[in-house]
Amino acid sequence: MSKRLTGILTPIIAVLLGIIVGTIIMLASGYNPVDAYTALWNGAFGETYYVGEVIRQFTPYILAGLAVAFAFRVGLFNIGVEGQFIVGWLASVWVGVAFDLPRVIHLPLAILAAMVAGALWAFIPGFLKARFRVHEVIVTIMMNYVALHTTNYIIRNVLAAKSGDKTEQIHESASLRSEFLQSITDYSRLHWGIIIAIVCCIIMWFLLERTTRGFELRAVGFNQHAAHYAGMSVNKNIILSMLISGAFAGLAGAMEGLGTFGYAAVKGGFTGVGFEGIAVALLGANTSLGVFFSAILFGILEVGALNMPLEAGVPNELVSIIIALIVFFVASSYIIRIFLDRFSKKEVK
Amino acid sequence: MEYVIEMLNIRKEFGGFVANDNITLQLKKGEIHALLGENGAGKSTLMNVLFGLYQPEQGEIRVKGNQVNITNPNIANELGIGMVHQHFMLVDTFTVTENIILGREVTTAGRIDIKKAEQEVRQISERYGLAVDPQAKISDITVGMQQRVEILKTLYRGAEILIFDEPSAVLTPQEIKELMQIMKTLIKEGKSIILITHKLKEIMEVADRCTVIRKGKGIGTVNVSETNPNELASLMVGREVVFKTEKKEAEPKQNVLEVNDLVVKDTRGVSIVNGLTLDVRAGEIVGIAGIDGNGQSELIEAITGLRKSESGSVKLNGKELLNMTPRKITESGVGHIPQDRHKHGLVLNYPIGENIVLQNYYKKPYSKNGVLNFREIYKQAKKIISEFDVRTPSEYTLARALSGGNQQKAIIGREVDRNPDLLIAAQPTRGLDVGAIEFIHKRLIEQRDNGKAVLLLSFELDEIMNVSDRIAVIYEGKIVAVVNPKDTTEQELGLLMAGSNRKEAGEGTHV
Amino acid sequence: MSLMDILMIVVPSTLLWAAPLVFTALGGIFSERSGVVNIGLEGLMVIGAFSSIVFNLTFVDTFGSATPWIALIVAMAAGAVFSLFHAVASITFRADHTVSGVAINLLATGLTLFLVKLIYDKGETGIISQGFRKIDIPILKDIPVIGKIFFQNTYWTSFLAIIVAIIVWFIVFKTPFGLRLRSVGEHPMAADTMGINVTKMRYLGVIISGALGGVGGAVYAQSITSNFSHSTISGQGFMALAAMIFGKWHPLGALGAALFFGFAQSISIIGSSLPFLKEIPNVYLLIAPYVLTILALTGFIGRADAPKAVGTHYIKGSR
Repeated sequence: MSKRLTGILTPIIAVLLGIIVGTIIMLASGYNPVDAYTALWNGAFGETYYVGEVIRQFTPYILAGLAVAFAFRVGLFNIGVEGQFIVGWLASVWVGVAFDLPRVIHLPLAILAAMVAGALWAFIPGFLKARFRVHEVIVTIMMNYVALHTTNYIIRNVLAAKSGDKTEQIHESASLRSEFLQSITDYSRLHWGIIIAIVCCIIMWFLLERTTRGFELRAVGFNQHAAHYAGMSVNKNIILSMLISGAFAGLAGAMEGLGTFGYAAVKGGFTGVGFEGIAVALLGANTSLGVFFSAILFGILEVGALNMPLEAGVPNELVSIIIALIVFFVASSYIIRIFLDRFSKKEVK
Repeated sequence: MEYVIEMLNIRKEFGGFVANDNITLQLKKGEIHALLGENGAGKSTLMNVLFGLYQPEQGEIRVKGNQVNITNPNIANELGIGMVHQHFMLVDTFTVTENIILGREVTTAGRIDIKKAEQEVRQISERYGLAVDPQAKISDITVGMQQRVEILKTLYRGAEILIFDEPSAVLTPQEIKELMQIMKTLIKEGKSIILITHKLKEIMEVADRCTVIRKGKGIGTVNVSETNPNELASLMVGREVVFKTEKKEAEPKQNVLEVNDLVVKDTRGVSIVNGLTLDVRAGEIVGIAGIDGNGQSELIEAITGLRKSESGSVKLNGKELLNMTPRKITESGVGHIPQDRHKHGLVLNYPIGENIVLQNYYKKPYSKNGVLNFREIYKQAKKIISEFDVRTPSEYTLARALSGGNQQKAIIGREVDRNPDLLIAAQPTRGLDVGAIEFIHKRLIEQRDNGKAVLLLSFELDEIMNVSDRIAVIYEGKIVAVVNPKDTTEQELGLLMAGSNRKEAGEGTHV
Repeated sequence: MSLMDILMIVVPSTLLWAAPLVFTALGGIFSERSGVVNIGLEGLMVIGAFSSIVFNLTFVDTFGSATPWIALIVAMAAGAVFSLFHAVASITFRADHTVSGVAINLLATGLTLFLVKLIYDKGETGIISQGFRKIDIPILKDIPVIGKIFFQNTYWTSFLAIIVAIIVWFIVFKTPFGLRLRSVGEHPMAADTMGINVTKMRYLGVIISGALGGVGGAVYAQSITSNFSHSTISGQGFMALAAMIFGKWHPLGALGAALFFGFAQSISIIGSSLPFLKEIPNVYLLIAPYVLTILALTGFIGRADAPKAVGTHYIKGSR
């Protein structure tokens, strides 16, 4: 079996295994899987409103997935996408609330603020990795919590409107909302962010695959020694990759801050978008196109799941279980590959 | 005659490659038996068979006359066979005692009785003259002492037969002397030793008998008292000259590379290149001959900017390069065929075409304004592939998928095509077949004939003798002799590489 | 408010918040000392919290005041079993340890909330009636000054945590098991040549971490939140991970770090009622554990070095 085919089959098998185990769990718990999956389908595609919501849901997933994938391609594991996402969200809202500018300036400025905030948040682990060889996984985890508590503090004490745990609504001039998109999707919360996410997919593909910078970044990701031998600066590329990864994550935050919600609120815990990004990137094999499609899958699952309790009486957490299982199976792809190899060898005989 | 170990007609293959072909080794009780052979001759494979890491395809192993089947290291341990690994198997953060007792701990009421264990370690260490501090941490003690801990580990487990795998490779001369003494003491205490080495001096000093293997074949066993270093050297390398590369007389011109008093430290902080001085002129090939671990790799890493140098100077065409970035050095005219092509030479997950421009991707025509021009990249790749006869399905094939020889040809094509004033080739033919070797040698000589300077590092004496115009012998981080290949023999080189001075070595050839 | 009054509030509160962190961080030590990265501690705590609360609610009529203790053992078993996912994926299937840990966390949250809805038909459980109660430790409570500060109005579980930390220190540093565990995490090939079964030791390390993580979650749920919902465990596991690192993978170091983080957490909650702490924004206390851990890793507060082989797969015969 060719490498390429195995590469495509592995994530598909992982998804199927996730769904199969999910089905078994439902059967074991006395639920009807057919009803559940029908409800999920209807919840995602049954009405144009749902379709709009699905797209809105996977917009930040694409960007969070790109963030994780980009760092991964350079050999870094950015678990800090969640934190970079939160600071990006807050930064975009801050600019959206604090200034009164024409839309052509205000909106780009708010988006830029989110990217810068996310990039700076990711710069710290990148710098510590390059300068002190501190493992980025632990630092990014810790930075997530620092982000959570710090943004909560700022919202409460600096930005809060009267109610106390929520900022004011951003000005219309900084908003990504679109009456047009809302009207064609039966007044879902769909916003222009999806365009940004698609553009970012193309940017990531172009940057990594078509530029000299991407040539260096990928080389560092594959083989630091060879990159060093070839005259590339490994440290510079490590920091750069974290900056870009963080910018994508911050942008994902802007999708929520400027698009879906238009404000930032005090959070009791993580939003989960950053962790969803890990799953998206893994399943998408860390490529732009893969991230795009797996983000769509997860968006469908998450939005469709909301209909499962209503229509089939199945808790929507079932989908969280399936997503976790998919991550497990993709991570254990070593064993899937061995299985595929055996399978194909048998066929030859 | 009592043999404690008999390895009879051992054959071991790795997917068609015969690493051991019908080799017999018999160890008498109470002797030091040297196993001599060049790098890659099959010494380690044979010992790994004895230690249970590999299973032989043919042949049998007897321990004290009984046929045994050693399927894993634990069985070897139980049979009283202990291995002193070349790369020490020690846990850095543990103490000497903890490393020794690991897996066979002394306990009282579930708790490790460290006092008692230290006492035992002290006893064994005194008995065999292996001075160690039982309470010291491994990371705090010298390499010599670490080796003594490795030996103690086997003795603590009651080993009767000890295998030393290239034990002097990492030691200082002083430590080597101590090691020789330790081996003699072990024999006095009734142990038997197999000593894997390619250092003739050590064999002459401590060994009783010596089994020589060459290219996987057993050449024979000789009594050390009845032989001399010359005979051993010729047994090891083989008398027949395998292949004589045709080349005309070198016409060296001005100095291209001038290395002066260079000092480079290795990762442990030891000055592994220690005041080295070397010149390479335009139009000549200088070969560096030496036993692995004498600072060759570090010298090359220092010249190419991959490793920081402590002091000294490295000049290319009169321009100082010391501690410049690899890119600056590459751009000033140095080509480098690296020793480890998988680690440094190639990004294996890149197509062969992209590997061809690994250092030049940012230059025109391969890119413009930071955007890669794949048409030009693959045009260049095609050119290299056809000029250097790289056998690949296409220029888009991943480097990983190519055979070693073709990977190496691609690297050489890349480096030669950049037309550098100095071409450094580190073990350029390692692991390649005869055809590829011939091709690569021709290309190196072609560079020389075009007036370039070539620095060749190789552990194959054949290659050094055939290709070089001058041979610089490296020993303990210094160039100890520079000889003309026409005026020397492999025996003489072997002795120089082992640290004998020129005079001794010269006399050696007449004995 | 006198100093004595303040201490009488702060010390028991610190011990209360520290106990779950201590158990879980000790669990992390077993896993990482054996060479398996475990960022799934959060998920293991979730499983422990969930199983203890469900058991407690179900069997409180049968076991009465012994219920929380039995629930603790149930949580321990549940955590151990659940950690097998991580062991199989990261040891046998050679999955990236970090990814497997992420999956553990996702799975734990999804699975427990699913089961809560399945069992109780709502998003959270009821409140348990028999949790760990505030007690005065007999005899010790009567020691002048110290007794009042440390041994009154406190919890048995806090002292159990301290005792377990000492036992773990003994196991890890004084027994053959500990020596072998550490050797596997530092230099698995060396351990293998000494006849130690690397895979077995790593499985044990992960399973023990699951057991202790389960206990940590159960202690948290039964002494602090008293029920189980999506927000019961929110970051406790990662804070325990931080305590493990800040304590330099040493049981007593982790104990100290967990106590300190427990102090920071309790101050951030009760600080507003204390005179001189009112002025400090509690965000500093909330982020302190994480910032300190980053600094420790960077080497500003004594270098914290992980076991050498942590995060790697040991494949026999490859060098």
